[in-house]
Amino acid sequence: MGRKITIEPVTRVEGHGKVTIQLDPQNNVTDSRLHIVEFRGFERFVQGRPYWEAPVLVQRLCGICPVSHHLAAAKALDVIVGVGPDGLTPTGEKMRRLMHYGQTFQSHALHFFHLVSPDLLFGIDSDPATRNVIGVAMEHPDLAVQGVMMRKFGQEIIRATAGKKIHGTGAIPGGINKNLSIEERDEFLKGADPLNIDKMIAWSQGAVDFFKDFHSKNSDMLDNFAAFPSNHLSLVRKDGSLDLYHGVLRAVDSEGKKILDDVDYQDYLQYIGEEVKDWSYMKFPYLKSLGKRDGWYTVGPLARLNTCDFIDTPLAQKEFEAYKAYTNGKPSNASMHMHWARLIETLHAAEKMKDLLNDPDLQGDDRVAKGTKTNEGVGLLEAPRGTLFHHYRINDNDQIEMANLIVSTTNNNEPMNRAVNFVAKQQINGKSEVTEGMLNAVEVAIRAYDPCLSCATHALGKMPLELSLVDADGNVIDQIRK
Amino acid sequence: MKHYQKILIYGYGNPGRQDDGLGPLVAASIEKRADEFPGVEWDSNYQLNIEDAMNIRDYDAVIFADASLDCHEPFELYRLQPAKEITFTTHAMSAESVLALGQDIYGENPECYMLAIRGYEWEMGFEKLSDRAAANLDMALDFLVSLLTDDSPNAFADAVEASKAIKI
Repeated sequence: MGRKITIEPVTRVEGHGKVTIQLDPQNNVTDSRLHIVEFRGFERFVQGRPYWEAPVLVQRLCGICPVSHHLAAAKALDVIVGVGPDGLTPTGEKMRRLMHYGQTFQSHALHFFHLVSPDLLFGIDSDPATRNVIGVAMEHPDLAVQGVMMRKFGQEIIRATAGKKIHGTGAIPGGINKNLSIEERDEFLKGADPLNIDKMIAWSQGAVDFFKDFHSKNSDMLDNFAAFPSNHLSLVRKDGSLDLYHGVLRAVDSEGKKILDDVDYQDYLQYIGEEVKDWSYMKFPYLKSLGKRDGWYTVGPLARLNTCDFIDTPLAQKEFEAYKAYTNGKPSNASMHMHWARLIETLHAAEKMKDLLNDPDLQGDDRVAKGTKTNEGVGLLEAPRGTLFHHYRINDNDQIEMANLIVSTTNNNEPMNRAVNFVAKQQINGKSEVTEGMLNAVEVAIRAYDPCLSCATHALGKMPLELSLVDADGNVIDQIRK
Repeated sequence: MKHYQKILIYGYGNPGRQDDGLGPLVAASIEKRADEFPGVEWDSNYQLNIEDAMNIRDYDAVIFADASLDCHEPFELYRLQPAKEITFTTHAMSAESVLALGQDIYGENPECYMLAIRGYEWEMGFEKLSDRAAANLDMALDFLVSLLTDDSPNAFADAVEASKAIKI
């Protein structure tokens, strides 16, 4: 009799994930699927709303990365108001970039210090009661404090550039609605220790060093856990540099051969398709040139380091070179290297923030560019979790008549499924019982992609992780819950 | 309000998901009447996270305000204690976990309370509260205003007890 294992974090609203692992009578894994219940109603909800509302409305999509949606929508509307993706004023573009790098910095810091460092410090098999950020705070208070302060710094950058934490209005079609005052700038540049940019850079470098030291002692696990060939997609700057805010679309295969060669993302529909599968609410994007079966790709920090040619900040570039030396110049296809890449990007984001804070254009008054309105626009950026697509079309009454969003977690749908399948076969094949360690391993594989499952609704309630063994008749025969 | 010199009202939730916006609406209501509550500040966010362990340190007391799926109707006020409730692949923390982190890092926290307001509808894209949640919010705000203007030294402890007896 075949059996099915289900891992299900239970929430009362959309935005949760469930892992189903199918076993044959010999307890070998025959299939595994990660189901993420993605709310698709938002695209219908914005229909009929005035286009200029979109950058504020889309922040309601996600309490984790509202800034990414805010800026992606604004970029699409830049096209609609006739400014185009390259037509912002220097003040407009640099304020947006500061907002975006602040968002990336705090998001990456949260992921490493809150979600990943417990796995590294205590081990995947350790007691979940201590394998969390509070356990880190007890055993390694210096790291916990750094995590809190880095989040705080990034949040304050967002507040200063977006206006406020909820319903930020910093980015508007064609530009931004505020600049950065000298007082705000100096607070970030010269703030009391540790809340200043130099300390953030130093701590970011420390986090990279921490990971490299850990990697040197645990390379077998980090290089081979959930490692499988993948295509990689991201924006890169036109000269090939890493760029999280703007650029052209590039995709490479698992060996580094270009699949998309720096194409204009306004034409993304020529290159990207979305497949629907009957067992998942979430679509499966793919590169049309490779077809549905082979065209899936990975996005996010690892993909970005695999596609770009260099990084335009010195400390991150040095780390990029070390990373590339380790992978022999080839793309890395190891899911756990995502953490390495994420920390290099954290360092890059800190360096970029310092560069921007020292740029007098942030105090400029020419904040909004004007153009001749069109009726359709696409906005792309590299959100912390990967490439984020926003596409809008408006009617003659300035109302949105079509919206299409491809969020980062959707782009990573297939690789996350493959990571779960890899770990399931490695950890569960031939086993007759489900253990906490197996559950943790699946969790760690998913976590590498930093998926956004929560979608911004967090009223008081529980979100346990549940693993159930279900036989072919649908009977639960074993269950773990935490 | 003799018991605490500096109080933070911290509402959290997503206003774009109907009753999940109850918490931010509490903060917004206090902001509109700020002149009536010297020593009271407010803040709001989509959700709590690790930096809130630092953000609450500047206050003598914090009242978190959040929507609740299953609290006593129409609302509850209760004292919060640190608790380790880390959940799977989520990027948010419970108020109790924020306190646990603050306890570990800083050794202490302000006195913290939860004003949990019962909600019913959570659909995305609807900025408006359900009618029942709106009624609960009105009662919770009356209760909160009364608490913030109460000069008695046991006002908070008394309010916790009083909230248990309130019924729709």
